[in-house]
Amino acid sequence: MTTERERRFVGPRRGQLVFAAVFVALSALLLVMLPEQTAWTKKTKLFAQPRFWPAVALGGMALFAALHLYRLPWKRVSRYDMREVRKWSEAVEYAGWFMAYVIMVPVIGYLPVTVVFVPALAWRMGYRSRGMLLLSVVFAVAVVILFKAVLAVRIPGAMLYEYFPSALRSFAILYL
Amino acid sequence: MDLLISAFDILLRWDVALALLAGSVGGVLIGAIPGVGPAVAIAILLPATFSLDPIVGLTVLLGIYGSSMYGGAIPAILINTPGTAVNALTTYDGHPMTARGEPRRALSLAYSASFFGGVFSVVCLILFAPVLAKVAPMFGSREIFLAALLGLILVVVAHRGQTLIAGALACLGIFLNTIGMEPVKYTQRYTFGQDFLGGGINLIVVVLGLFALSQAFVLLTDEDEKIRVSRLRGGLFQGLRELARHPRVAGVSASFGVLMGMIPGVGEFTAQFMSYTYAQKTSKRPQDFGRGSSEGLIAAETSNNAVPAAAMVPLLALGIPGEALTAMMLSVFYVHNVVPGPGLFQNDMDFVVALYLALLILNVLVLVFLLFATGALVQVVRIPNRFLGVCILTLSFVGVYSLRNSVTDCLLAAGFGVFGFVLKRLSLPAVPIILGMVLGGIMEVKLRAAMARIKTPFDFIDRPVAFILFSLIIIVLVAHVLRVRKDRLSLKEAEWQTKTASTSFGALMWRRRNSFLKAHGKKVRARHSRLLRRLTGLF
Repeated sequence: MTTERERRFVGPRRGQLVFAAVFVALSALLLVMLPEQTAWTKKTKLFAQPRFWPAVALGGMALFAALHLYRLPWKRVSRYDMREVRKWSEAVEYAGWFMAYVIMVPVIGYLPVTVVFVPALAWRMGYRSRGMLLLSVVFAVAVVILFKAVLAVRIPGAMLYEYFPSALRSFAILYL
Repeated sequence: MDLLISAFDILLRWDVALALLAGSVGGVLIGAIPGVGPAVAIAILLPATFSLDPIVGLTVLLGIYGSSMYGGAIPAILINTPGTAVNALTTYDGHPMTARGEPRRALSLAYSASFFGGVFSVVCLILFAPVLAKVAPMFGSREIFLAALLGLILVVVAHRGQTLIAGALACLGIFLNTIGMEPVKYTQRYTFGQDFLGGGINLIVVVLGLFALSQAFVLLTDEDEKIRVSRLRGGLFQGLRELARHPRVAGVSASFGVLMGMIPGVGEFTAQFMSYTYAQKTSKRPQDFGRGSSEGLIAAETSNNAVPAAAMVPLLALGIPGEALTAMMLSVFYVHNVVPGPGLFQNDMDFVVALYLALLILNVLVLVFLLFATGALVQVVRIPNRFLGVCILTLSFVGVYSLRNSVTDCLLAAGFGVFGFVLKRLSLPAVPIILGMVLGGIMEVKLRAAMARIKTPFDFIDRPVAFILFSLIIIVLVAHVLRVRKDRLSLKEAEWQTKTASTSFGALMWRRRNSFLKAHGKKVRARHSRLLRRLTGLF
């Protein structure tokens, strides 16, 4: 049976308690680290101290998060909360894919890595048809051309490009 | 007159024309695809615009921002899925119209209402920004501190039911901004001895993580939907005629949009909500709202399109962004050394007029594009969700990496992406974090400058503008406390069926004691025990 407080709560129930508890714990931890991570300078007024503004921010964080945790209608962690935490860790897998992409680009080059990454991730997401994989390759090439050649965004050449012959190397560094 | 001519001179370059086209068409496409929004697109394109001319970069970004709400109405009306978050109210009346068999009418009404809202707010921008710029020299450090504080309080208080956690997230944003080396005494704050934190956390990294990467993760962990889109027949010009039949609703909604856009910290949601409620209360047929009322559709679409240009007013005149997306555009100004404020109106007035004209032309371009290309545009809604997530992930890399070519920036963005994903799953707002970072930074600098000059606390509100801002802060806080008290009273009534009697244990016991001793209480107990005997006597 849901109580009136639970019905009036804005947002889904799963994971709220875990998030609030972790948030309070982290802000308390950061607040405790305030003396060692910030400096107190002599002969300066309170408002101009480098410690002042982080103290205000962290104090606000800890206070509001504690009040929010206090006013939550639920006090016990349920199995739905644990399922929600498992769902959050699914995002960590994709963050891992992103970081692998980020680390490979300075080594092998923007165009080669993108043309492999996009179809690979599309394959991982379950697309097996030739049409979708072709579309992902086309998208990868279009993105590289748009950002590197047209908008001239700053993405430096890869380490691999050092091993190319000189004419090809300058073309690769500029456009690939 | 020659101001107008020099403004046109700035606009009549091929790259500005291309930017207008890219901004309008791109913005509509981005808005039309559910799952992508202007925040994602602006976050990704922001670093790319640093190397372009300021007017070109700003035109693209503002074009995307303004046109995305036109495009967002398309899936909202046709498949009941808002294309951007601010088109949620459009689904209330737009989709029932489609269900009735009038999709063309709904679409053309939405476009016309959006066009009216957009042009109205650009006109207001042209009228109000110079006025505010004249008032702006009266804004010293104290006034800007108080205005930023007001904006932060408004953004926290606007999240009804989630005020406490919104406040905590805003303070998190303020904290993130303090990380790194502070510029006055050159001490390190919360860098934990790491080099990559020494330079501070860049706003764009946080924005890309919280908006673009988190959206990519949401789409990647979601499922593809089967969407059936029916063909559209008929003309689209009828909307303009229908809009002319409801001038009052359109005018008031546009004014709400402009007002909410100008006040820092408030945005499209409040504007839409207030104009929808106003339209419903003053309508001749309030029962139609939510079932395909044209007035409801006009109210929703006009107000949300009136916000973008109005949000530029405090940005241009004071340098204080009106909401999260304009906060991102502030960095474009700074990168090109165009400092917003009264100086902008004195020295770079032709840039400002060129910006106004670009905004007007964008609205016209979008309307023309939509009137002819809606049929083809509708197919864009079919892109599968997970593939969209892959695309956004790929595009976000460019956005983060092109800033400082730093892998640790990308790691930070990925971390914020996971955090933003968690916030989205819990329906918690991410906007207070961004505004906390921007406004918190402004507040710290201005507070330090202001406190150097005052002796007693009352000196802070000595000047008229500071006093007005301070009283506004007090009014907002008092109104919030009163609203919280009213909500608690209604909760108490729902839980205990009493509005006025106390529910504390002591009071309950006192009432029971008083009733126990009195004759009435004896009669009630006698009645209850008779009933109990009769019930137990059955067995």
